[in-house]
Amino acid sequence: MNNAQAWATLAQVPDPEVPVLSVVDLGIVREVEVADDDCVAVTLTPTYSGCPATEVIQEAVVQALKKAGARTVKVSTTLDPPWTTDWITPEAAEKLRVYGIAPPHLRAADAQTLHFHPKNIACPRCGSLNTQRLSAFGATACKALHRCLDCLEPFEHFKPI
Amino acid sequence: MDKRIYYVLRIADACLIHGQRLGEWCGHAPIVEEDIALTNVALDHIGQARALLTLAGELEGRGRDEDALAFLRQEREYRNPTMLELPNGDFARTVLRVFLWASFMKVLCKALATSTNAQLSAIAAKSLKEVRYHQQHSGDWVVRLGDGTEESARRMSDALALLWPYAAEWFADDDIDRDAQASGLGPAWSTLESDWMAELQPVFEAAKLSPLADTPFRTTGKRGVHSEHMGYLLAEMQTLPRAFPGAVW
Repeated sequence: MNNAQAWATLAQVPDPEVPVLSVVDLGIVREVEVADDDCVAVTLTPTYSGCPATEVIQEAVVQALKKAGARTVKVSTTLDPPWTTDWITPEAAEKLRVYGIAPPHLRAADAQTLHFHPKNIACPRCGSLNTQRLSAFGATACKALHRCLDCLEPFEHFKPI
Repeated sequence: MDKRIYYVLRIADACLIHGQRLGEWCGHAPIVEEDIALTNVALDHIGQARALLTLAGELEGRGRDEDALAFLRQEREYRNPTMLELPNGDFARTVLRVFLWASFMKVLCKALATSTNAQLSAIAAKSLKEVRYHQQHSGDWVVRLGDGTEESARRMSDALALLWPYAAEWFADDDIDRDAQASGLGPAWSTLESDWMAELQPVFEAAKLSPLADTPFRTTGKRGVHSEHMGYLLAEMQTLPRAFPGAVW
């Protein structure tokens, strides 16, 4: 196994909460090192401090790499630099939108004002900007709930942090 | 014990105990959106507490992990400021406490960016993103209730009268603060007071609330001497790990 194969393997591991994205798409995988004897060391970073998917993701990463030929897999966690939605690539953001989740609409640095009622989040289904936030928190720590006032569909929004 | 450990434990235990209190709202909030909000804030705090307790255990070097510190200490060994252990009260009191604490965490986490302990600074940088959202959300509610109906304004004003004297403890320094300030581990908490007040100001103004006058009342949770509510909270939080040592999900 080489480094590129290890990354390619991880690019197939879905995030348990947002399965349309892989752990690589989300920017959770920070470093991968493959030693000559196929022992792999992976460094992950959590999205949110309390994200309950963290342990499940670690387990999925270990299983996928072992299946792909890694002899041992060592997973470590880093918090620095802290995870940001800026690491979600434009391709991954488009995958989110097609899946029905509005991708982050701002760079993290621009999402810091005290009064933050996001307006004009584009509806992932019809593209309308005539939308409204229903709930600041959603089914997972990383999302909020909105609705489209034109096509009337509810949708989730990936909060920029 | 090393003073550095107490400095970390004060933050860790504040997050842990506040998270435990907010978790009590699960299934009980006035509307489902706020049920989800309060428990998500709780989840962030528990996550922050896990990282901080792990760090405290490493600094201590006696092999205690996050679980041992969260579940197997005695009441006097917890170092959270007393305000965080008080019963939730009504929704107004709960969101006001979230706002006061998130505003404090925000200025603390910013100041911890320059900590000489790299892990503490990393935890702070991560937590800062989370508490900023807590502050925005709870601040919205403080305004909505404070500048709402006669009843909601009364409840917010009662909540402020009850909680405000407990904030004084946060800014009353002792040896642990002075040691952290001198070693560069983190700021003495008293140095954060003016930035904290500046965070409150725009929200209080919109909510038609004013900071109350200082009183001689000083709580002592930071030193491990807690209110009568702490024992009940710990009994509930610790019952399972104590009844079934080593239990895992």
